[in-house]
Amino acid sequence: MGTKRQFRIWRGDETGGDLQDYTVEVNEGEVVLDVIHRLQATEVPDLACRWNCKAGKCGSCSMEINGKPRLGCMTRMSTFEEAETVTVTPLRTFPVIRDLVTDVSFNYEKARETPAFAPPADVAPGDYRMQQVDVERSQEFRKCIECFLCQNVCHVIRDHDENKPAFSGPRFFIRAAELDMHPLDARTDRKEYAQSEMGLGFCNITKCCTEVCPEHIKITDNGIIPMKERVVDRRYDPLVWLGNKIFRRGQVPQTSVTSGHSSGAVTAGAAHGGVHSHAGGSHDSGAERQAQQGVNWHREVPHPTAPAVDSTGKLPLTELTFDRAAAPSPFGDDVEFPLPAEHLNFAHPQQDEPKH
Amino acid sequence: MTETRIERHHYDVVVIGAGGAGLRAAIEARLAGKKTAIISKSLFGKAHTVMAEGGAAAAMGNVNSRDNWQVHFRDTMRGGKFLNNFRMAELHAKESPQRIWELETYGALFDRTKDGKISQRNFGGHEYPRLAHVGDRTGLELIRTLQQKIVSLQQEDKREFGSYDARIRVFSETTITELLLDGDRVAGAFGYYRESGEFILFEAPAVVLATGGVGRSYKVTSNSWEYTGDGHALALRAGATLINMEFLQFHPTGMVWPPSVKGILVTESVRGDGGVLKNSDGKRFMFDYVPDVFRKQYAETEEEADRWYTDPDNNRRPPELLPRDEVARAINSEVKAGRGTPAGGVYLDIASRKSAEEIQRRLPSMYHQFKELADVDITKEPMEVGPTCHYVMGGVEVDPDSGAAAGSVRGLFAAGEVSGGMHGSNRLGGNSLSDLLVFGKRAGGHAATYTDQLGARPAVSVAAVEAAVETALAPLQRDTGESPYQLQQDLQAVMGDLVGIIRREGELADALGRLAELRERVAKVSAVGGRRYNPGWHLALDLRNMLVVSECTAKAALERQESRGGHTREDYPAMDPKWRQVNLVCALDGDTVRLTHKPLPAMRPELIGLFDRAELAKYLTDEELAEFDALTEQER
Repeated sequence: MGTKRQFRIWRGDETGGDLQDYTVEVNEGEVVLDVIHRLQATEVPDLACRWNCKAGKCGSCSMEINGKPRLGCMTRMSTFEEAETVTVTPLRTFPVIRDLVTDVSFNYEKARETPAFAPPADVAPGDYRMQQVDVERSQEFRKCIECFLCQNVCHVIRDHDENKPAFSGPRFFIRAAELDMHPLDARTDRKEYAQSEMGLGFCNITKCCTEVCPEHIKITDNGIIPMKERVVDRRYDPLVWLGNKIFRRGQVPQTSVTSGHSSGAVTAGAAHGGVHSHAGGSHDSGAERQAQQGVNWHREVPHPTAPAVDSTGKLPLTELTFDRAAAPSPFGDDVEFPLPAEHLNFAHPQQDEPKH
Repeated sequence: MTETRIERHHYDVVVIGAGGAGLRAAIEARLAGKKTAIISKSLFGKAHTVMAEGGAAAAMGNVNSRDNWQVHFRDTMRGGKFLNNFRMAELHAKESPQRIWELETYGALFDRTKDGKISQRNFGGHEYPRLAHVGDRTGLELIRTLQQKIVSLQQEDKREFGSYDARIRVFSETTITELLLDGDRVAGAFGYYRESGEFILFEAPAVVLATGGVGRSYKVTSNSWEYTGDGHALALRAGATLINMEFLQFHPTGMVWPPSVKGILVTESVRGDGGVLKNSDGKRFMFDYVPDVFRKQYAETEEEADRWYTDPDNNRRPPELLPRDEVARAINSEVKAGRGTPAGGVYLDIASRKSAEEIQRRLPSMYHQFKELADVDITKEPMEVGPTCHYVMGGVEVDPDSGAAAGSVRGLFAAGEVSGGMHGSNRLGGNSLSDLLVFGKRAGGHAATYTDQLGARPAVSVAAVEAAVETALAPLQRDTGESPYQLQQDLQAVMGDLVGIIRREGELADALGRLAELRERVAKVSAVGGRRYNPGWHLALDLRNMLVVSECTAKAALERQESRGGHTREDYPAMDPKWRQVNLVCALDGDTVRLTHKPLPAMRPELIGLFDRAELAKYLTDEELAEFDALTEQER
């Protein structure tokens, strides 16, 4: 019932290695990891490959299959042509240990450098109260299975070891975002920290990480961009820059970007939406305005949107197929600077007050 | 002997296993101020705990305020068919809520109720909605939360001592092959780094085993490669004892088709949320399989069962929510009667009962998993499911309060799946995640206390280390033996075919014979290649653990002449109250497994008083019932 298929698998260690050809039996309904297991059981018992659950839940069997970062257990053989040779190589961003196994300790170092959850001071265990709608945004990021495919594909470090010390990578940007959006996290400087210590600014939103995420976490749209927007709000938003030109300095009150944790806000989300309501305005809009003290954006803060995918469900974009050398503008290709005045959504802080 | 490099480390507490129980134990030991090592067979955070989908059972009463620890205790004992160590079930029911709430202070984000508390869901065998959950990825949340708590402790240590690893260090991709003793006391642990193949020696007076289960000895299993019974075998070789090894839980609903997802679980919450089991005739067959002991709690008609989902107070539960062993047996009977699917399972249908949107919302990762792994759309078509080896109830016999291993060894502790007693003959879904937390904390804490009481540190003997090195290198130095993969396949065939879900005396005796043959072959196994990340070598070393644990299971299964929970004997199909009074205890006598009978501890009066006499009558002997009557008489 099985057919013979061609595989090319990279074998070697840190001193070097090469692709080796194997012909192996493949049965209906199998995935790439099944085939690797068959190879181990028959031809090459010492073929090194990480795996655990074989169910897409642990994120161990990350590899590059025909050049694409994938989980071996989630790549069905039926997605290849029968005559197609399947090439399997180790993750390129991390040093090879042996065959398909790489040294991913970079990620564990970055995990240790990311400040942990800070429990609210006055809330006893069992008294945590949060609304579902408020935890859902962080829950999206907590789906992460730490397969590190996003880290592997990120061009900031993919072929640039020199960036590794200063750059935590998408996995840890969403960790920072998750904590930032956690309704009861007591730290208020998550995004500033991400900017200054984690290298958030290196990211220029090519969305490769989102594309490879096996959990379909909208890493860029829901994690990185909201973190950037809020840092940008204060640091170098062109609108603020323009505002500063038009109005006298100081007349425009600075946005207090850090979410205002009211002390003892145990039922933060429940009482009012003032804590984490930036991207989407899904909460009390009055509180949002208050939080933004003065800079009345009067714009609908864009909801995180799904990326535009093509018929195969993928972004029509990879590092290799992208049509220009540099990264796209974080503001979108259809935006030119300076912005025409009528497109500005800056409004005077007092504009809503009745005129005398 | 040629010179071998061995890295040496000194710790107060070494925790073997980095799943839920291991991490919780390590946190506790570190909080007690002990220098703690965590040994993880895989990368940190990949442990099998991530596979748990349903949730963690804890009687918080958030959804139904009538829930409390007594009800949870009752459900657990009932589920385990009264073979549980009552004290463990009691501690578990009492302490789980605190352990869950504690996770929130570590940063866990459970799904919420409308009033902002932790949401709880229904699950097989639990009287009230009791499982704290995060969609269907609760295990991942638990492991990530504990992992991140450990990171936060390391950050504290970095601030205080300048090093993340000052007081708690994770040794990832490291396997322990041997525990080292000084007399009857634990002195350390010996193993190897998987990545480099280099050896590593831990000198430590206390070791906590948290290595999980034994499922890799079975053909169809939901367990990962790590589940080779390492902790069970290490404990046996160190002089500890195992109990209840005949009880293996076969999860009733593992996927049987297509092969890319074979063995993978379909969480019970599919049934909790309205999924029903049908045979190839399209009949909802579970109504035919409600045992007498459960008759009162379960619906008799489809109409009543369907009303229960919206009105649980006035209707009885659908029989799809019977405990796991009952459902597994029912499916097995249907398949054997020729009413199964082509792949040898039955249909689990949620597609025709809930809207696609609702299924995707309630079971998101389940939906994605099957869509991506197997191209099966659970919102459109029924799943093909059948029993898969899932959990071992048996394990290291421990002191219920401290988790200290029984037997001749001191300084050895066990928690989680590797320990035995808590779940009796059958585990309720959701009880394992809370088990990890409750007994992980206890084992870690008591291991720390044990090291305090110790006068002098036990010493590791050089001879023992040399022997361990020799054993570990042996498969690499032989080139005449068989492939470890072949041996594992043969072992899986023996266990799957002869010591599987339905057991018979002749087959079990046959299995013991074959295991003895396998023992000879495993002793001569050879692995090709070098020491550096060589999975063939790793498997060769795991095989002897799988083998000795399989022998325990087969022996105990042959001995226990009744059917109870995770042990079904075709030749003794009924429960026997006499056997309820007995635990089968395995110990190692030189090389051979020795089996002894040990009476179960008797439940305290106030605990046995929680049950109806009518219910107890199904489990207790006449003498025990008379005692119970005398007891209730006194109270009046």
